[in-house]
Amino acid sequence: MSKNNNGRDVIKTVNAAVSEFHARQEELIPILMKVSQELGYVPNDALEQISEVMHIPQSRVYSVASFYHMISTKPTGRHVIKFCESAPCHVAGGKAVWDALLEELQIKPGETSPDGKWTLKTTSCLGVCAVGPVMLVDDDIYGNISPDQVHDILERYE
Amino acid sequence: MTYFRSHILVCNDPVCTSKGSMEIMQALKDEIASKGLQDEIQVLDTPRIGNCEMGPEILVYPEGLHYINLKKDQIPFLVEEQFLKGRPVPDFLAPPKKEQVQELNEPTSKEVRVVLRNCGKIDPENIEDYIAEDGYQALAKVLTEMTPDQVIKTVQNSGLRGRGGAGFPTGLKWSFTRDTVSNTKFIICNADEGDPGAFMNRSVLEGDPHSVLEGMIIAAYAIGATRGYIYCRAEYPIAVKTLNIGIEQAREYGLLGEHIMGTDFSFDLEVRKGAGAFVCGEETALMKSIEGKRGEPRPRPPFPAVKGLFGKPTNINNVESYANVPQIIIRGPEWFSSMGTEKSKGTKTFALAGDVNRTGLIEVPFGITLREIVFDVGGGIKNGRKFKAIQTGGPMGGCLTEEYLDLPVDYEKLTAAGSIMGSGGMVVMDDETCMVDIARFFMDFIQDESCGKCVPCRVGTRRMLEILTRICNGEGRDGDIELLEALCVEIRQDSLCGLGQGAPNVIVSTLKNFREEYEAHIYKKECPAKVCRALIQYEIEPDKCVGCTACARNCPVNAISGEAKKPHSIDPDTCIRCGICKNVCNYDAILVK
Amino acid sequence: MNAIKSLDDLKNVREAALAKRKISENSGSTQVIVGMGTCGIAAGARETMKSVLDYIEANNIENVVVTQTGCIGLCEQEPIMQVVLSGKEKVTYGKVNPDVAKKIMKEHVGSGNLVQDHVITL
Repeated sequence: MSKNNNGRDVIKTVNAAVSEFHARQEELIPILMKVSQELGYVPNDALEQISEVMHIPQSRVYSVASFYHMISTKPTGRHVIKFCESAPCHVAGGKAVWDALLEELQIKPGETSPDGKWTLKTTSCLGVCAVGPVMLVDDDIYGNISPDQVHDILERYE
Repeated sequence: MTYFRSHILVCNDPVCTSKGSMEIMQALKDEIASKGLQDEIQVLDTPRIGNCEMGPEILVYPEGLHYINLKKDQIPFLVEEQFLKGRPVPDFLAPPKKEQVQELNEPTSKEVRVVLRNCGKIDPENIEDYIAEDGYQALAKVLTEMTPDQVIKTVQNSGLRGRGGAGFPTGLKWSFTRDTVSNTKFIICNADEGDPGAFMNRSVLEGDPHSVLEGMIIAAYAIGATRGYIYCRAEYPIAVKTLNIGIEQAREYGLLGEHIMGTDFSFDLEVRKGAGAFVCGEETALMKSIEGKRGEPRPRPPFPAVKGLFGKPTNINNVESYANVPQIIIRGPEWFSSMGTEKSKGTKTFALAGDVNRTGLIEVPFGITLREIVFDVGGGIKNGRKFKAIQTGGPMGGCLTEEYLDLPVDYEKLTAAGSIMGSGGMVVMDDETCMVDIARFFMDFIQDESCGKCVPCRVGTRRMLEILTRICNGEGRDGDIELLEALCVEIRQDSLCGLGQGAPNVIVSTLKNFREEYEAHIYKKECPAKVCRALIQYEIEPDKCVGCTACARNCPVNAISGEAKKPHSIDPDTCIRCGICKNVCNYDAILVK
Repeated sequence: MNAIKSLDDLKNVREAALAKRKISENSGSTQVIVGMGTCGIAAGARETMKSVLDYIEANNIENVVVTQTGCIGLCEQEPIMQVVLSGKEKVTYGKVNPDVAKKIMKEHVGSGNLVQDHVITL
């Protein structure tokens, strides 16, 4: 997506996020989350802009951004799959579903598919263990997944 | 909206009507008007109050009184006694009803729902539903009848201990923050429920958010705080939404913000989302995160009660701890401490996950045994398999075996047995679980979530994970077990926070109870539970195979060969042990060795 | 909405809420409740809710109030749907996919016959 490379869009997005939350140190994480959500990740020029507007050294902004799983510092695909890798889902048959996912996507966790459609990540427990195995595709949550459902679920996304 | 102080519901069913209930209704209205009470008492008709054989019948609220067999000439006396003098008329009342039949979705008899009492029963986005269930009565009592010290004393006397895992006496914690002198104090609710397998907090936040809000406002009053935060993990977007709706509504109703309930006490709070870091469930890391920094824990002292958020005295408690407070205030500390064991009072919610029939949430008094939890409340092991182990307390908990099934659950007993209470996650494992794989699994999670600040945890957990991974891949070496044991001692002793200190627990407990499984992996290159892929082989039994070719057709790597109607075979070098062939075989011909 | 400024105000709100509840329980209307906690949604509760609402619209059903609730704790039975016919006990159904929801609307809400296969008790 060219949005990330368009310097103006990045500046606009950052400024909008900062206005929404105010330029205070304690709002850094909500601002980073918002930018990560809007742009798919936090590119370098966003880090620069945040540092400038909030008067926080860029290294510190990066150190916070890279600490939290839900803030991406690398580009992601159009759709992000987060598969729950926690024990209860594992015990409920998560391994087989995970294998089916890997087979379907042909990428490793942390990677983005060559066509830019999918990024595969693991996530820690989503708190719906009783309907495990569980995964998130963007904001949609799927439970009670069996390996044969994986293909159909992924088909729903452009 | 006018507030009537009383409502009268008159039954208008055909039977009651035929007995004159509408004349009774008119008589009531006339009498009430003649006494000038028409703006205070509302008279409505309604179908089917209960028992039309005893009609005409009426219901009077808020008392819930059921008057039956009414006659027109009784009305003036009834109105005078009931509504002017406030005295029910026993002669006109229906005989007492038996206890209402339990609804089908009532919990099992071993459960006692205190924290979960409203979950699944009310609309969490409607504050009036909460108020109808005695919501905010506790706050009203606290603000009008109790001093902050009395509130703290009540919580102390109840014996409530922090439900986040550490089990520190809540009343005592509040008193520390109260005693620190400062103009600015904070209340924080730790809703960063990151333990895999734990979703009790999520359910309370989504199902009964006001119980948490009310608990927090009471705590703020007790310790003298003016601002609060609920730090809720971002993986719970619905809980965040429900909380925000609840906060808005509480503000509208004057229960949050300036001059709460018309008193001098003001307090407001907001939701702060986490950003996906497990370690931010630790209180000092959590506060760092609210301040916009890396969520790295720091040594204590100073404790948050003295120097916490933004350097100010702060009280942090778990969702469940706050949710217990309103009930303790209304029903009294003696009621709460009448449940549980000597040192662990009250009830605890647990999230049952894994290989049990009834996974989900339960709430039971302390002192119940693990056996009762797994087999009574949990309905036993799924698919009729055998119980192997139960892990309590999340990834830093230990695995307990069959010999511990009669252990009464409380803080001290679980710790003595080699596990922890944690926040309440319980993962049940059957005999098809490999305990070395489980240890590796949890260590993988812990390693990923280690914040990296201290060497014992950062490096130590990585080394332990490497060793466990080698063992599961069939590359275990002589000396690995001893090395793991040594690492466990060091890491437990020297780590900065609970994550590192608790990291070795799963290895220590699985080594203690399942050492022979480790040894089989290392010395015999076997996985007794037939889970670890590198150590198992899929074989086709020639006697059972009819050559239907289902397995060969479904194998993703074409590892199976054979002619139609003749026994097939699997090439062990190509096979990736995915298990699909076993799933599609209708003749039970595939063995895992 | 008037703010609650005293104990009496709180009492009044409570009584009004209780009375409203009693009135709706006795008003002849049916209550349908769908569990919309995260576990419910992960199991498909949104589709179940849609199925219920679609059925009501398609068949012009009146006198049915549809509400939501949070996680009951029986997560592995999700999606969960509860039906309260006027004056009757609440009945809880488990594993209610959109087709089962339609069946329950037709047979239980429509004709008062329980769909036994999906009734759950504890």
